[in-house]
Amino acid sequence: MKSSIKNALRWLDARLPVVTFVRQHLVDYPTPRNLSFLWNFGSLAGILLIIMIVTGLFLAIHYTPDINLAFASVQHIMRDVNYGWLIRSLHMNGASFFFIIVYIHMLRGLYYGSYKSPREVLWILGVILLILLMMTAFLGYVLPWGQMSYWGATVITNLFSAIPLVGESIVHWLWGGYSVDNPTLTRFFVFHFLLPFVIVGVSFLHLWALHKVKSNNPLGIDITKKEDVIPFHPYYTVKDLAFFALFLLVYLSVVFFVPDFFSEPENNLPANPLVTPEHIVPEWYFLPYYAMLRAVPDKLLGVIVMFSSVLILFLVPWLDRHPVRSGRFRPLYKQFFFLFVINITLLGWCGAHPPEGYYITIARYATLYHFSFFLIIMPLLSRIEPTRRLPKSIYEDTLRVLHKKK
Amino acid sequence: MRSYLIIFFSFLFVLPTATAESLVPPFYNWSFQKLFGGYENDAAQRGLQVYLEVCSACHTMKHLRYQDLALLDYDDKAIKAIAAEFRVTDGPNEEGEMFERPALPSDHFAKPFANDQAARAANNGAYPTDLSLITKAYPRGSDYVAALLQGYTDAPKNFPLLEGRYYNIYFRGNQIAMPPPLDDNVIDYQDGTPATIRQMSHDVVTFLSWAADPYLEERKTLGAKVLFFVFILALLLTAVKHRIWYHITHVHHDD
Repeated sequence: MKSSIKNALRWLDARLPVVTFVRQHLVDYPTPRNLSFLWNFGSLAGILLIIMIVTGLFLAIHYTPDINLAFASVQHIMRDVNYGWLIRSLHMNGASFFFIIVYIHMLRGLYYGSYKSPREVLWILGVILLILLMMTAFLGYVLPWGQMSYWGATVITNLFSAIPLVGESIVHWLWGGYSVDNPTLTRFFVFHFLLPFVIVGVSFLHLWALHKVKSNNPLGIDITKKEDVIPFHPYYTVKDLAFFALFLLVYLSVVFFVPDFFSEPENNLPANPLVTPEHIVPEWYFLPYYAMLRAVPDKLLGVIVMFSSVLILFLVPWLDRHPVRSGRFRPLYKQFFFLFVINITLLGWCGAHPPEGYYITIARYATLYHFSFFLIIMPLLSRIEPTRRLPKSIYEDTLRVLHKKK
Repeated sequence: MRSYLIIFFSFLFVLPTATAESLVPPFYNWSFQKLFGGYENDAAQRGLQVYLEVCSACHTMKHLRYQDLALLDYDDKAIKAIAAEFRVTDGPNEEGEMFERPALPSDHFAKPFANDQAARAANNGAYPTDLSLITKAYPRGSDYVAALLQGYTDAPKNFPLLEGRYYNIYFRGNQIAMPPPLDDNVIDYQDGTPATIRQMSHDVVTFLSWAADPYLEERKTLGAKVLFFVFILALLLTAVKHRIWYHITHVHHDD
């Protein structure tokens, strides 16, 4: 029996090498032995993507993309569909946790220099994934057709009207009419359904690139000998699984006990084009960019600043030319990096408040720092920050740490 | 269109600063806001009576069906009886005519007005909000609605109260179109509880909070079980991880 299965797999592998593929990429894949928990967030994002697609599929089965029925159909899911409230809570809060995970994943890359040669393409694919995620989240937030869905969609799509000459035409083209209306909702639903599969595709490219150049590690040094690495299975399969269970504890606590933690109460009022909410605020994960948009008094410039604040990530591999990858061995970069994290949190806080008084003053300075970090500090430190001596190898450093502990 | 957009964006950048002062609602410590707390069923049942006898004269609850009341411990007979008190339009029948019939448990809550325009016309031009999600539509919604119901006072001297508006200390701008809906003993509670404004506010908000989140109790019970399971799972997986990693994290000099 056993040998006949083996024979069948061998037969298949000779024609389509799935067995070899799994062995190469999920079993034998050589992984640095010293990865910290911060390296768990990539696989976590992958698992959450699957959770989002599955829950989203069930929601789509019961949802109706029509401006007169959308809000009621979400209530139908919450009240009539078996465990609809659970599926929606998983999906809705899953979006917030997706951003938490992806932001930690990216900050980890930024701190440990995971974008430096030879990982530039890996990093670029990651930024593309971030942008796709943002688009998907924005489109999804519109679907329940509450007040914030409607007005959020209106504000964001209107940003394109700042483009000279063709702006207004582009906005009408996006809307499929002269305001956010039924054609807008229908197409947003279609694209919200489509984009996650594009994300799956780009994720595979991201993984492909990763497995070509191998994982970075907290020391930021290259793999030099076989003692530096351990096979992915069982070490990282079990570590990823354990970390996923820990993540579930946090995620499911929110899903079951505070399902409205991240959501805006006003979105429980159906969309009303005649009543503008007092404060139009996006979801928390867009607040820093929203703050930068409003920090600039000119509309077109504000839009450019907002989009650049994300797009600038594409240039990071060429802005930071310092030969040392890991922030652990760059005391100067490390300080500016932590300032960057505080700064973007501050921007988020400003984005949640009306753009007036000291909020706007803080937002302006913070916007300045956000861009300075990439455009001035990174290139400057590349030239002036002294290069420290790095550990000889990952394995040697592991031994040193263990010895110190003794 | 362009001018509309310009107005819209100037609105975005210079948000209105003038908001009339309204009081922050007190914390009422609802049973259902406690970690494992559920709804007080008798309060919710009294609240249903307040809704049916007072609120439902103007306010819809269009996302609820009569059969949902089973979650508040009403049996099939009681639900049928409650539904039968309302008439809904059905049809067309075989002659092509719309007709009225008593509501069935599977019907959504009956609407007091034929359409939104009729609702406005009967209420000084103000639309009585649907109450299905009212306690979730504001920050601290349950506290807010309970405070609002008890927040009617005489307007201060010189307050420019508009025709057909009422003074309420918790409403933004203090001018609300809804007349004070509750008065002591405006209804007779079936269970004999004294119907004070305070009591009725508590009861109807318990009912409305249930209506906005009817699966809260099931959610918390299931959540506790799921989290217990995941906690054990996380514990075991962490132990397995440490076991498997032992010879990696404990490399010895002889290694």
